[in-house]
Amino acid sequence: LGHGSGGRLSAELITEVLVPALGAAAPGGPLEDAAVVTAAGSELVLSTDAYVVDPLFFPGGDIGALAVHGTVNDLAMRAAMPVALTLAYVVEEGLPIADLRRVAASVGAAAVAAGVPVVTGDTKVVGRGAADRLFVITAGLGQRLPGAAPTAAGARPGDEVLLSGPIGCHGVTVLSTREGLGFEADVSSDTRPLHRLVAALVGAGGPDVHALRDLTRGGLASALNEIAAASAVGVEIEESALPVPEPVRAACEILGLDPAYVANEGCLVAFVAPAAAGAVLEAMRSRPEGAAAVRIGVVTDSGPVLVRTTVGSRRVLDMLLGEQLPRIC
Amino acid sequence: MTAVGEAVAWSVRVRGTVQGVGFRPFVHRLATGLRLDGAVRNDGGDVVIDVAGPDRAVRRLIDALRTGGPQAADVTEVVVGRTATAPPPGFRVIDSATGAVPPAFAGLPADLATCADCLAEVFDPADRRYRYPFTNCTACGPRATIVDELPYDRARTAMAGFPLCRRCAAEYHDPADRRFHAEPVACPACGPRLAWNAGRRAASGEDALAAACDAIARGRIVAVKGLGGYQLICDATDPDTVDRLRRRKARARKPFAVMVAGLPAAAAVADLADTERATLTCPAHPIVLTTARPGAGLAAGVAPGVDRIGLFLPCTPLHHLLLRALARPLVVTSGNRAGEPIAIADTDAADRLTGIADGHLSHDRPIRARYDDSVVQVVAGVRRMLRRARGYAPAALPLPVAAPQPILAVGAQLKHAFALARGGSALLGPHGGDLADADTLAAFRATVAQLSRLHRFEAQAVAHDLHPDYLSTGYARDTAPGTRRIGVQHHHAHVVSCAAEHGVEGPFLGVAYDGLGYGDDGALWGGEVLLATYTGFRRLGRFGRAPLPGGEAAVRRPVRMALGYLYGGEFPLPPAPAPACRDRMPAAEHATIRRMIERGVRSPYASSAGRFLDAVAGLLGLCDEAGYEGEAAVLLEAAAHRARRPARPLPWRLARSGGLWVYDWSPTFAALLRRSAAGVPVTELAAAVHRTVVDVTVALCARAAERTGVTVVCLSGGCLQNRILATDLPAGLRAAGLTALLNRDVPANDGGICYGQAAVAAARLAEGD
Ligand SMILES: [Fe+3]
Ligand SMILES: [Mg+2]
Ligand SMILES: [Zn+2]
Ligand SMILES: [Zn+2]
Repeated sequence: LGHGSGGRLSAELITEVLVPALGAAAPGGPLEDAAVVTAAGSELVLSTDAYVVDPLFFPGGDIGALAVHGTVNDLAMRAAMPVALTLAYVVEEGLPIADLRRVAASVGAAAVAAGVPVVTGDTKVVGRGAADRLFVITAGLGQRLPGAAPTAAGARPGDEVLLSGPIGCHGVTVLSTREGLGFEADVSSDTRPLHRLVAALVGAGGPDVHALRDLTRGGLASALNEIAAASAVGVEIEESALPVPEPVRAACEILGLDPAYVANEGCLVAFVAPAAAGAVLEAMRSRPEGAAAVRIGVVTDSGPVLVRTTVGSRRVLDMLLGEQLPRIC
Repeated sequence: MTAVGEAVAWSVRVRGTVQGVGFRPFVHRLATGLRLDGAVRNDGGDVVIDVAGPDRAVRRLIDALRTGGPQAADVTEVVVGRTATAPPPGFRVIDSATGAVPPAFAGLPADLATCADCLAEVFDPADRRYRYPFTNCTACGPRATIVDELPYDRARTAMAGFPLCRRCAAEYHDPADRRFHAEPVACPACGPRLAWNAGRRAASGEDALAAACDAIARGRIVAVKGLGGYQLICDATDPDTVDRLRRRKARARKPFAVMVAGLPAAAAVADLADTERATLTCPAHPIVLTTARPGAGLAAGVAPGVDRIGLFLPCTPLHHLLLRALARPLVVTSGNRAGEPIAIADTDAADRLTGIADGHLSHDRPIRARYDDSVVQVVAGVRRMLRRARGYAPAALPLPVAAPQPILAVGAQLKHAFALARGGSALLGPHGGDLADADTLAAFRATVAQLSRLHRFEAQAVAHDLHPDYLSTGYARDTAPGTRRIGVQHHHAHVVSCAAEHGVEGPFLGVAYDGLGYGDDGALWGGEVLLATYTGFRRLGRFGRAPLPGGEAAVRRPVRMALGYLYGGEFPLPPAPAPACRDRMPAAEHATIRRMIERGVRSPYASSAGRFLDAVAGLLGLCDEAGYEGEAAVLLEAAAHRARRPARPLPWRLARSGGLWVYDWSPTFAALLRRSAAGVPVTELAAAVHRTVVDVTVALCARAAERTGVTVVCLSGGCLQNRILATDLPAGLRAAGLTALLNRDVPANDGGICYGQAAVAAARLAEGD
């Protein structure tokens, strides 16, 4: 197994191994990070995620904050506001109690800041080697905002693609901190909850907000490819419009990374009908987490996801294996 | 044969390149001259002649078929048989039949450069085609670039919209005429016309040509609609103009090709060997890489830093007219921005070349298919393909094992080309470029669709590379689910491309030296010695591994690659002086890269010969940053050619690891560092490294031969474009008692991968695997 970096291999693992194994219990329709379920006549949104990160603590956040934000954001991408979270820890024997305390405090602070209670949980301590220090699993229950039903399959040709903020910060921070590369002095993780941003943009765009996706592993490129595949459309974005902070750009150059493939934890892309795009963009910019929101491109009828470069050529922005192995011969 | 004078009927089948080259009119002229009865027709890919007449006359016809023929024809076999039915009196040319599925890939010949007869007409003031840019005959003029449907007939080409005038019609229908069934036949009265556009100024016909010539003479860049796509043309002797073209095209250093009026003009700028002269004037008129003559008047920016110059001769009357009028060498490069496919549609060219070209010289004959100019070089007296396109593609090549089902081989990623395999032959599509360019990817899909439609080809199997992120692999993944997928390892495809060209039978040794390819163990390969058949291979030897700090970033920056070998290679270096390249890099970058290598961050390992040569170029200060793919290798080779003394090898060692013989380059690197610090000239060190690679390879192959008993070695991969390696490796192997084979008609670079994939897939399917 080498399926960790959120590229095509993870996607294949899910579609070819995990979903088929569910048999009749498998979800229908496009795969989403959160699902709408109807119980007793009312629509609820449900999501779950497991968090693994090395290091546990990094500039701008830690595994606890990631676990809260990740699940809140997955709910938000279905236009749902978080109602309650559940929490489970898998702790490797030998983890300093101070570290666990610090993570737990971070979970608490993040939940309070997001305005969502943690209503139940579980803790398991496993032997050395059975886990890597600490895994955090969260599930979230959300309630749908009225008037919008964004889905991964909802993007339509002509939609404008809006990006909520600068990309690449989280991935560079975590990699640099883990490996001691020094870039973490100039950049920190963007981890944060996006549900209030979603409330603002859904308020402005309503049903014209066709699809939302938070950028996580695999970065902007994977998010765009996932939406394009689920919606059977193409996407064309402008390289010059992509907000890449200078330290991220410098780090990516040395690391040989394309910022479009680097992980994020606090950005989203919105696919919005052109008539509403201006209002939605303005609403996004009214929120601090969307202050730097920009229009990065448009949805096309078909074809690959591609980026118009600063010299005017159009490069394919494909879903990669995950490791960005050289394709040059 | 029977007694003299007895009239009998014969059926003569002529095989080879005999369609679309004026062969049937040639036979008609011959047969009528000999007063023979019968008919000539195309049959599949062959020409068949049913003929009756005096025995002596038939014999003379057959002799002439074997030896004569139009210049673009290539007769490989003449099979003579008897037939029961005698033909009616007279000799006829029978039209192409439509409807039947051709057996292989007949009837779509490559484009042919203007012949001597047509050229004479174009410059004869008394001729009705005087200065007509679209003059052609059966022996020359467009083919694949104008075809809509097969068989190749005017009504099914881009000429369908040009009704023939009375005089052209007469030529077209007269079996005795040089223009009998010359499908694109045209003249000033009925054919295509030139058009000039520059801002608000426009002109047509002769005025258009004059305006374009005037612009070029004044140092402007002109977009010219060529045979297989738009070209950008400017004065090759004007440094400012050439620099402007580089800026506008976003092409920093990659050499430009230069068109010259004829052989004397070519000899003025390059030292030409006989084979190079013959290649420049062959019907394909490819770009030939030749040895530049310093101080011959070309601007330095045409081919910066290298002693080679790509030359070609005018391939259409239009180009002849331009060269004749301007009387100087011209830069002729594909009409695109760096990395994009060449523009073929007028609107596309107007769009994309705005901002590059100062004016457009266009015309109203549409281009149906994109064919860039082909590039070849002559090594050890043999013409070897570097880029297979106009004039060569889409000709088919034989396959060593016939394909039991139609196979689409999708090729690699850079220098992309694909192949269609059916029966005993593989049709090689034209050079496409880098698939990561969205337009190139779209052109690949469109060209596959077009050639499949023309040949009624429906793939039942798709052969592809193992690299999961090649866009060609993605195309194979997305192809119809009923289609069988056959993964072929990159270097297996390389060496098979060579073996298949030579029809090697039985197992062979394969030396695959190139940049990077995905190994069957998921690692990056590129310096491999294989024991191979058409269906499979076993790895016997390889280059020692080194990390690529930053992956592709290390390929773009050879100086980084040098650090990979110094700090993280499979073999630790013995103590040696620090390289000068360290000081040319910012300290912070150096520290971070060292850390990345030590921590294994974004630093995949590769056992690559190409990356080894890159690292040496970086170490020697020849190329810190590659301006184009392969520049480091090109500069290292150029340095080696400048060496004053014959090269002696540097120290090297073979290690045994994981059951393989491995080139341990650590003694080589340490010696380079020591000698470089001691002031040995870079040119000598560059030559010594080439010598070392040759010796190492001969040793690896000798061991492989000893163990396997196999003595045929097929050499392929991008490094075999290096003339020193392509000359000295076979020589060294022969001296060791081995047989060495190199690619000829198929590029040794990734442009040849598709042919190797097709051969492997055909052999595997034939084996029922
Ligand atoms: Fe290759
Ligand atoms: Mg999730
Ligand atoms: Zn001619
Ligand atoms: Zn005419």
